[in-house]
Amino acid sequence: MADEPLVLGIETSCDETGVGIVRGETLLVDAVASSVEEHARFGGVVPEVASRAHLEAMIPTIERACREAGVGLRDLDAIAVTSGPGLAGALLVGVASAKALAVALDKPIYGVNHLASHVAVDIVEHGPLPEPTMAMLVSGGHSSLLLVPDITNDVRSLGATMDDAAGEAFDKVARVLGLPFPGGPHIDRAAREGNRVAIDFPRGLTTGRDLERYRFDFSFSGLKTAVSRWVETRQRAGETVPVADVAASFQEAVVDVLTRKALLACREHDVDHLLIGGGVAANSRLRALAEERCAKAGVTLRVPRPGLCTDNGAMVAALGAQMVAKGREPSELGLPTDSSMPVELVQA
Amino acid sequence: MLLLAIDTSTTAITVALHDGSSVRAEVTTLDARAHAEHLAPGIRAALEKAGAVSSDVTEVVVGLGPGPFTGLRVGIVTGRTFALALGIPVRGICSLDALAHEAWQCGRRGALLVATDARRKEVYAAHYALDDRGLRRESGPVVARAADLPDELRALPTVGRGPLLWPESLPNGIPEGSGLIDVNAGALADLAVLRRASGDGLDGLEPLYLRRPDAAPAAPSRKSTLG
Repeated sequence: MADEPLVLGIETSCDETGVGIVRGETLLVDAVASSVEEHARFGGVVPEVASRAHLEAMIPTIERACREAGVGLRDLDAIAVTSGPGLAGALLVGVASAKALAVALDKPIYGVNHLASHVAVDIVEHGPLPEPTMAMLVSGGHSSLLLVPDITNDVRSLGATMDDAAGEAFDKVARVLGLPFPGGPHIDRAAREGNRVAIDFPRGLTTGRDLERYRFDFSFSGLKTAVSRWVETRQRAGETVPVADVAASFQEAVVDVLTRKALLACREHDVDHLLIGGGVAANSRLRALAEERCAKAGVTLRVPRPGLCTDNGAMVAALGAQMVAKGREPSELGLPTDSSMPVELVQA
Repeated sequence: MLLLAIDTSTTAITVALHDGSSVRAEVTTLDARAHAEHLAPGIRAALEKAGAVSSDVTEVVVGLGPGPFTGLRVGIVTGRTFALALGIPVRGICSLDALAHEAWQCGRRGALLVATDARRKEVYAAHYALDDRGLRRESGPVVARAADLPDELRALPTVGRGPLLWPESLPNGIPEGSGLIDVNAGALADLAVLRRASGDGLDGLEPLYLRRPDAAPAAPSRKSTLG
């Protein structure tokens, strides 16, 4: 236990300032400061507001993580940090801070991929990843299906969204329904009172030639438009919009496509473990439907608890600890940030 | 003592180590777009140059700007984190003061304008009085178009990148080649040592943004807050 690497991870790719500490495969602390409330009135994340908030939150969040974990910075074996993808100015705050720790403490630094971290975090929740694992990442910025033979250096993209990310569709539909930002939790809540088969919204890229050509890709833009049109038509006719039914039917269309494609990927690649990560993995209907369909298909489902699905530092520390344990070379101290870091690139 | 000085408020990513009597090492890279890449290696290089290790550092001083936000934050968060890691104090100084101090070190006396590049066709500017005892900031820092600064300030001898960018508005730039264009961490370190010796307070640790954030949400394809 004491021989396992002690790694601090820093995450600042969007609007959460996250600092986590992991020893081997054990989570010691996950400290997160969010600026989401500052963005709510703009209906989306304002990059400069997020960057300013990261600078203010960075030191207090590191201090809190160390205090709660009972760890001194000098005890660390390595520093890990999200180097991409994400908002350029936001990433820079975390990367600069991580480098300062690395130089001051004379420790190795690992610049790692935000998406791979979303997968790796489940190691501290449910133990080592079977190799290979199928991973579906669904968040406000990403919707990807990944085949993961080795989370430290071999992540293969099978498909991704061609337009809106799943979480983005939730935000946009929430706006149409007059629900607050961020949309995900509000739609989830409204949908519980609604009928999920009330309206047959379209399932993008799931039939005929689309399914052949874009087998593991997603498209949620058409769905979003269909919801808007449906709502506008009712409003124009002076009818009351059944918010709960729209929310439930929209949500069903999203999670139906996600789980269908994820299980298709498992079957075609002969993988019997599916991991769902990213903020949308906190959606209760996605969890329920994935459980149901995985059970039917004989696939083991892994979903980290909601607090570890949204952006956090623990996931970065978890991936960093895997890097150290597997003897991967650290990154250079001059490592750059990469706002569009490709998902196959696990380490900068 | 060994003071680490950092400034990233101008095109220079600049680091210096000062032992209380002189600058022991200084490393500067000019690159307006890669502050985070160069800064940490610069600190390591400065330590090597000074024959020191990070744990020899006893305090940190960072330039607080004003300067372009993204680069500015790199320096400030680096200084704060470095100090946290070693459990040593960190303080800030207005970056324009460092340019004025460098002019003072070069022997300049009298009224001086510092004007640096604020992008968007504006400059960050402050007005100083230099005498044998040192410098005093008379006004600023402000952000403005060079042409909109008061005539009596625009007419002053001017250091910083401003006169190179807006020579018509800032006609009395100190000749090119004499330095004094971007902040130099050696001058920042020297000013910090002098101020401490004279008991003058430094400037806290908050960045001098001088502008409010542009409140346009991130491009829609980027991200919501769902994780």
